[in-house]
Amino acid sequence: MINLTIRQMSELLLSKQVSVQQLSGLFYDRCQSHNKSIGALITLNDELNAAELLQAQQQVELGDHLLAGIPLLHKDLFCTQGVKTTCGSKMLENFIPPYDATVVKHLKVAGMVTLGKANMDEFAMGSSNEYSAYHVVNNPWDVSRVPGGSSGGSAAAVAARMVPVATGSDTGGSIRQPAAFCGITGVKPSYGRVSRYGMVAFASSLDQGGVLAPGADDCGLVLAAMSGHDVLDSTSAQQPKWQWHKPQNPDMSGLKVGVTRAWIEALQDTDVKERTLQAIEHFEKNGAQLIEVDLPHADLAVSAYYVLAPAECSSNLSRFDGVRFGHQAKDISDLESLYRQSRTEGFGDEVKKRIMIGAWALSSGYYDAYYLKAQKIRRLISEDFNKVFAQVDVIACPVSPELPFKHGEKADGVSMYQADQFTIPASLAGLPCLSMPIGFSQTGLPIGLQLIGRYFDEQTILSTSDKYQQQTDHHLHMPEAFV
Amino acid sequence: MNPAYKMSINRKELEEIASLAQLNIPDSQVREITDSLNQVMGMIDHINEADTEAVEPMSHPNDAEQMIRQDEVVDGSHKLELLKLAAQADEDHYLVPKVID
Repeated sequence: MINLTIRQMSELLLSKQVSVQQLSGLFYDRCQSHNKSIGALITLNDELNAAELLQAQQQVELGDHLLAGIPLLHKDLFCTQGVKTTCGSKMLENFIPPYDATVVKHLKVAGMVTLGKANMDEFAMGSSNEYSAYHVVNNPWDVSRVPGGSSGGSAAAVAARMVPVATGSDTGGSIRQPAAFCGITGVKPSYGRVSRYGMVAFASSLDQGGVLAPGADDCGLVLAAMSGHDVLDSTSAQQPKWQWHKPQNPDMSGLKVGVTRAWIEALQDTDVKERTLQAIEHFEKNGAQLIEVDLPHADLAVSAYYVLAPAECSSNLSRFDGVRFGHQAKDISDLESLYRQSRTEGFGDEVKKRIMIGAWALSSGYYDAYYLKAQKIRRLISEDFNKVFAQVDVIACPVSPELPFKHGEKADGVSMYQADQFTIPASLAGLPCLSMPIGFSQTGLPIGLQLIGRYFDEQTILSTSDKYQQQTDHHLHMPEAFV
Repeated sequence: MNPAYKMSINRKELEEIASLAQLNIPDSQVREITDSLNQVMGMIDHINEADTEAVEPMSHPNDAEQMIRQDEVVDGSHKLELLKLAAQADEDHYLVPKVID
């Protein structure tokens, strides 16, 4: 039961072979029993909400929505009414939002059952989940290794099938890299596809909500339900509600796949390199045409990102001043000290570091040289993609140059930043992208492949991935300890 | 540390940045934080290698225009719910240390 697709679970619910209560109960128990070893959740709801289950059961019986009765976790940066939303930070340790994020609302309306909130790097800043202010997350494939980040809790929970699906968010790779590290599929839609209302902001021009689940079809179903224009988010795109069409067969005839050969050739890890080449070969065998492409400015992406994302973060996180919500320092006698002390106590070291980088990049004397310069590079990278997408339908490239690393192995922050070199370019351009499982290293660790699509063309990346998954079973493998 | 860093900050500059960021830096961490910021700044400096002459800055991924809605009240007041989130508030106000004598 635990390793079924959403469509298969929905089928069992519809044919009354299982009730919403039973299905949610099964995954709730798995969350409870595995959280100790994995640490994927910050909050497990005290119990299943009876009213929510009843509503979902009614929706199932009405045949209302394919997602009705399917349990999930929300990354702990989506506001959930009445349920603590910490964003992985001590700053929001006691924050209970009075409203639901639009994403949460959409999935509730579809009848999905929320079991709790997933662990994450503090304020979504990190690529290993080691920056959570609560506890680390262990990779279910090898608990001595990180699950990736920042949506590491979501990815690990899905990999151990503590839930069939979880929401995540991606600013520079935070859905794709943990999906790759945990052997599941993770999709970041086009910027603007999913409302950011009620999603705690890190870098507003880059942040985008998305989905992590075993397969592309699972991701497509949930992404369709959570997407759509939202008047409450002025950056949400005025597009008709996106719909997912699962492809009927694995034939890829006519599909033009751009391959970034130079990136693949430069991979140091031979397992990552071999699996990547094999997956691309698989596309060709299924009828796709491979075309070599180049993104000449992509090697500047990490540097530009570490100007832009911290700049936006320093501005967004200025709202945390200890006065209106969030942590407040005790026994302070003047306002300025109240701000400074509350922030100093509430934020972790990585968040403080990024706020300071941002404050510096935006300060007088550096604004033109760094912030504007980085925005210009952002345009060059975006134009590189435009040129490539004049020739191809989808780009296939690595997600991460490396396998999941050990806890504490990357104490030097900059090397962790640089490992996001393949995920950041698509983020800067706002393009839809995903990571899908393509096999394992000789040591049994999962490896992902990234697919990047044209703006608002989530369909092509997800259907390419689904076609691949119709003929492979990497996405259905589970770590043995959790079967 | 990599000697190739062009941009680097000293202790005084760190204090200015901390002040802009509204953060306190304990003396015991000055060295460590300065080093770690310098490391990131060294990485960022890479952007200066690019020729961006005549390139327009890009602040938003699809250059979308800001949407403007009618100036109408669509959401009621949530004063009490919101004040409840504050560490210190009365029925109408957020409470902070005295600002004016």
